[in-house]
Amino acid sequence: MARRALLDFEKPLVELEEQIEQIRQLARDSEVDVSQQLLQLETLATRRREEIFLALTPAQKIQVARHPQRPSSLDYIQLITDEWIELHGDRRGSDDKALVGGVGRIGDRAVLLIGHQKGRDTKENVARNFGMASPGGYRKAMRLMEHADRFRLPILCFIDTPGAYAGVLAEEQGQGEAIAVNLREMFRLRVPIVATVIGEGGSGGALGIGVADRLLMFEHSVYTVASPEACASILWRDAAKAPAAAEALKITGPDLLRLDIIDRVLQEPSGGNHWAPLQAAATLKGALLESLDELSSLSEHDLLEQRYAKYRAMGRYEAASPTPEVVAPV
Amino acid sequence: MSLFDWFADRRKAAPVVRVNQESDEGDGLWSKCPECGLVTYRKDLQANASVCKGCGYHHRIDSEERIRLLADEGSFEPLDTELAPTDPLAFKDRRNYADRLRDSQLSTGLRDAVVTGLCRLDGHPLALGVMDFRFMGGSMGSVVGEKLTRLIEKATDRQLPVLIVCASGGARMQEGMLSLMQMAKISGALERHRRAELLYIPLLTHPTTGGVTASFAMLGDLILAEPKALIGFAGRRVIEQTLREKLPDGFQTAEYLQDHGFVDTIVPRPQLRSTLSSLLRLHAPKSCLSLS
Repeated sequence: MARRALLDFEKPLVELEEQIEQIRQLARDSEVDVSQQLLQLETLATRRREEIFLALTPAQKIQVARHPQRPSSLDYIQLITDEWIELHGDRRGSDDKALVGGVGRIGDRAVLLIGHQKGRDTKENVARNFGMASPGGYRKAMRLMEHADRFRLPILCFIDTPGAYAGVLAEEQGQGEAIAVNLREMFRLRVPIVATVIGEGGSGGALGIGVADRLLMFEHSVYTVASPEACASILWRDAAKAPAAAEALKITGPDLLRLDIIDRVLQEPSGGNHWAPLQAAATLKGALLESLDELSSLSEHDLLEQRYAKYRAMGRYEAASPTPEVVAPV
Repeated sequence: MSLFDWFADRRKAAPVVRVNQESDEGDGLWSKCPECGLVTYRKDLQANASVCKGCGYHHRIDSEERIRLLADEGSFEPLDTELAPTDPLAFKDRRNYADRLRDSQLSTGLRDAVVTGLCRLDGHPLALGVMDFRFMGGSMGSVVGEKLTRLIEKATDRQLPVLIVCASGGARMQEGMLSLMQMAKISGALERHRRAELLYIPLLTHPTTGGVTASFAMLGDLILAEPKALIGFAGRRVIEQTLREKLPDGFQTAEYLQDHGFVDTIVPRPQLRSTLSSLLRLHAPKSCLSLS
């Protein structure tokens, strides 16, 4: 088995896995038939894993969502496409490696694919800036989406970022403007857009490629208005309260389904997507194709109207009693 | 994360701000400038659009005073005043969101952090939205998003230009993802307004940060700002942590943004009305230009 980074709540599984490994070793060294014991222990391990992952708290889901071996955008793109050509550059002087994109084919469908890209290890993460895109990344995404609009390629977005990059250069180059323009222009694109939160959806940096006709989310993915760490240090004045903030912010798939923000939660293999990336990719591909099938039957007019109506309906407020608002206080 | 660090910064700077507010409002008749220390008769200060005559410091003003400065007298008709916030996540940090809301409502007399309406500015019809920083730091939740969206839709429908006065720390955490999605909702409404070839001007005032900067604040056909206003996406503290070095002088000020090409013009508050009047006239349909 490939070596995995273990999360703290997976500890109860460690002992079982060690036993399994010992027995395997024994079987290799001797002639004893241990297949029965192995089967029993493996079944037990699987059941324990399922139990643990069914009961994950929001804070634990964040750990799964940020797991270094969780499949990334490029992993999924490789797994679900039959052809794929990565395209680079914002045509303004940069090519952001934290946000990748290109054209590809899934079955008989030509599509445009874009996504945040994290690295597997420190070296790759430095090159990818930990999946935190710069203004150039959002502008590259917009350029590619314009291209998709012109050639009628449906757009598939993969969201996986802690947030947009916060740095002097990013401010200087207009991080806010770059994201804002994407939000506005994505309402104009005449092709179906399906976005999937494959890992962490961090705030405006996620939304910058996240205006879609269908918004999907993996079971252990999270989507937040602010990182629980930041939220805790501001509202609780104590960064250690991040787990409480994660709970309060309602960041999991089922929560966001209830708030009418996402359309569908995609089930993960027991233990999370990094346990069975092929299975995760198959789930994703199936869901994307279903969404594209539904959307491709719509006229351009209906597509744009429905996209507008989808976001138009988001928010919770009430109409208070008719007493006029006091515009003049004091 | 970036949307909220600004609040943390603000807390760090809070004692200073509080002292300023006390000297601003404590004495009733007189007001002391936090920049240069000039003491002015409060009515004189207000007559100068709450800008210090000594040093040009722009005091923070509330939505009511802003509307009085911009709209022709008696022309402002508020819209959607009945819209009120709820507590959709039953959010509780050290305090209940519901309690924070009630406190802000009592202290400001507003239901939430934006006032919207139709008015005239120097005779030009205008859809006007004014954020009020006193209400939970001008943070954007469902009500702010809904009121601004309705304002923009009404403007599109009636072929009106839109002016939004921004003053906000960003998306409101207590409404979670519902707040984030207001960025998309408002941007969608602005796309339709733009497609109708109508003029949209955001005025960026101190401070405009986070999710507001990453949506409607930066989507103007023309973008105006008040002198020295703090405008940015990420909080200074976060950037300093990332960089581990000192930030450049004047970083994230209106002047800095203008130098980098993100603000069209910085307008001192006493000239704001006349500048806007010119811009509205220059962009009015041809028939209106000849009339005026």
